[in-house]
Amino acid sequence: MARYILYRLVWLVPTILAMAVVTFLVMHATPGSPLDPVAEGANPLSPEAQKNLAEAYGLDKPLWYQFGIFLGKAVRGDFGQSFIYKTRTVMEIMRETFPISLFLGSMALALAIVGGVTLGVLAAVYQNKSWDYVSVSVATLGVAVPNFVLAVFFIILFSFIIPLFPTGGWGSPNQWVLPTITLALAPMGIIARFTRSSMIEVIRSDYVRTARAKGLAERPVILRHVLKNALIPVVTLLGPMFAAVGTGSFFVESIFRVPGMGRFFVLSMTGRDYPMIMAVVLIYGVFLTLMNLAVDLLYGALDPRIRY
Amino acid sequence: MALSTPASDTRLPGPDGTAPAGALPLTKSALQGTSLWRDAWRRLIRNKLAVVGGITVIGLVLVAIFADFIAPFSYTKPNFGRLNEFPSREFPLGTDQLGRDVLSRLIYGARVSMLVGLGAQLIVVAIGVPIGLISGYVGGRVDLALTRFVDVMYAFPRLLFVILVMSMLGAGLMNIFIAIGLTGWVGIARQTRAQVLSIKEKEFVEGARALGAGFWRVISRHVLPSALTPIVVSITFGIPEAIFTEAALSFIGVGINPPTPSWGQMVGENQQFLRSYWHLCVFPSIAIAVTMLSFTFFGDGVRDALDPKMK
Repeated sequence: MARYILYRLVWLVPTILAMAVVTFLVMHATPGSPLDPVAEGANPLSPEAQKNLAEAYGLDKPLWYQFGIFLGKAVRGDFGQSFIYKTRTVMEIMRETFPISLFLGSMALALAIVGGVTLGVLAAVYQNKSWDYVSVSVATLGVAVPNFVLAVFFIILFSFIIPLFPTGGWGSPNQWVLPTITLALAPMGIIARFTRSSMIEVIRSDYVRTARAKGLAERPVILRHVLKNALIPVVTLLGPMFAAVGTGSFFVESIFRVPGMGRFFVLSMTGRDYPMIMAVVLIYGVFLTLMNLAVDLLYGALDPRIRY
Repeated sequence: MALSTPASDTRLPGPDGTAPAGALPLTKSALQGTSLWRDAWRRLIRNKLAVVGGITVIGLVLVAIFADFIAPFSYTKPNFGRLNEFPSREFPLGTDQLGRDVLSRLIYGARVSMLVGLGAQLIVVAIGVPIGLISGYVGGRVDLALTRFVDVMYAFPRLLFVILVMSMLGAGLMNIFIAIGLTGWVGIARQTRAQVLSIKEKEFVEGARALGAGFWRVISRHVLPSALTPIVVSITFGIPEAIFTEAALSFIGVGINPPTPSWGQMVGENQQFLRSYWHLCVFPSIAIAVTMLSFTFFGDGVRDALDPKMK
């Protein structure tokens, strides 16, 4: 077990390194530079000023040299200063925004798990009956409709027509509701669909027939025998899912004006904010790999047939 | 896939014309007389949601093709006398900040969505399927290298990577195809590989090899047709995903170049005026939602039809 964890953690290093190299190369190969931004409202700089700034930020050095400097500092948790928010380091910004995204994402994931498993169980137990159609429709809605479209509908419904919640902002708990639901619907749909098909498979297995044959009531059969086993494959979904919602969604955060890190996935790129790009890609990558590891360990704990 | 009959059993082309051309007498002959594809088609048209989805998709494709004839106004020509008008008899869905008819822009927007959905999938299939096939069939070091590469690709935040590629290539329809293609092939490659891994151990592949079929012949005539079902399912789900990505890119502002209308761009540009001019944002949102739902219902139907075990 410990060896397995160690093995996986060791593999983390080349994976992250490869991600860093690819991002670094693609980023620098991309036309446009931080000194000549294509972002909206940017002021063009004279060539002399660009040259001076390039020297100041080390952008005139050869690529491998820049990467070496980046790597040396990144290992110590220093991603440098943001090119856009010039007075602040990337780490400062991340320390401020990442927890907000993580909090929103955790709430959304919790809602998605509870809602998704419930929908999935209902659909499987009442297979091909009206409950099934209701829950499959909700699940499909969540999976298929982009969250920025859902956000528009929610704002109109729950802010304009029935003024229950504010249209955006971050601070009071009633501002959390709409972004959480918007962010939760897609993973909820995926979990519901997965739970449904996994439940249906388990319901047909022999030991469930045995449990019923020995006279167990339907409820303990479903909850104790079916659900417990059906949830094991669902757990594998949670790793990438948590990485995606936990690092913030650009759309949800920008529509609901949540000050999380989601916007940097887009703004860093459009503004050619090199240090910020590296930071968000690597934070996402590390988060994803760690979550996948956690999920694999959980998987082993849930299913004793799996041994590492 | 729990289907006991490999897709290569088909002799008759399916009614949808997607049956593999290279069905060989070498493979186990069809026992029931009906082909997998014909069975699947029958199951598909019995599925109401899938039929509704399919008809909507066909409708959208027709709208996209005949946009020039359907659209009542030009999608580019501004009319500064009629800015931000709410829906009326003359403009059924109102006009935008430049006085352009929202309905006409929606109709032309269908063109972008459909083109992206299909065009990007072509690239995705062209990259993903061969990589999956070779990785699964050849195995060994090639497989290890490819799966490692796929794993690294998987670890990237997809949206950021697409934006990265888009800013490298610049905005535009063709570049959206390429960006989605370059980032979207990973899933289909994984699925093809997994499928090939189990197929290549089957007796009919062994038999074909024993009879002296070469590498390409075995792959194209035996392995690929049998791996086709998950590929088809993957494509039907990839289309809405591509449409989604285009909408997201255009929402951000790095997708389609204006003045070509894109639904995502219409939502993105007007989402901040939701309170004052709701019609600018709501109608394209509905268009995206309906399109995505139709494709997904249709895709679900196709999957259930090809893999009836889950139904």
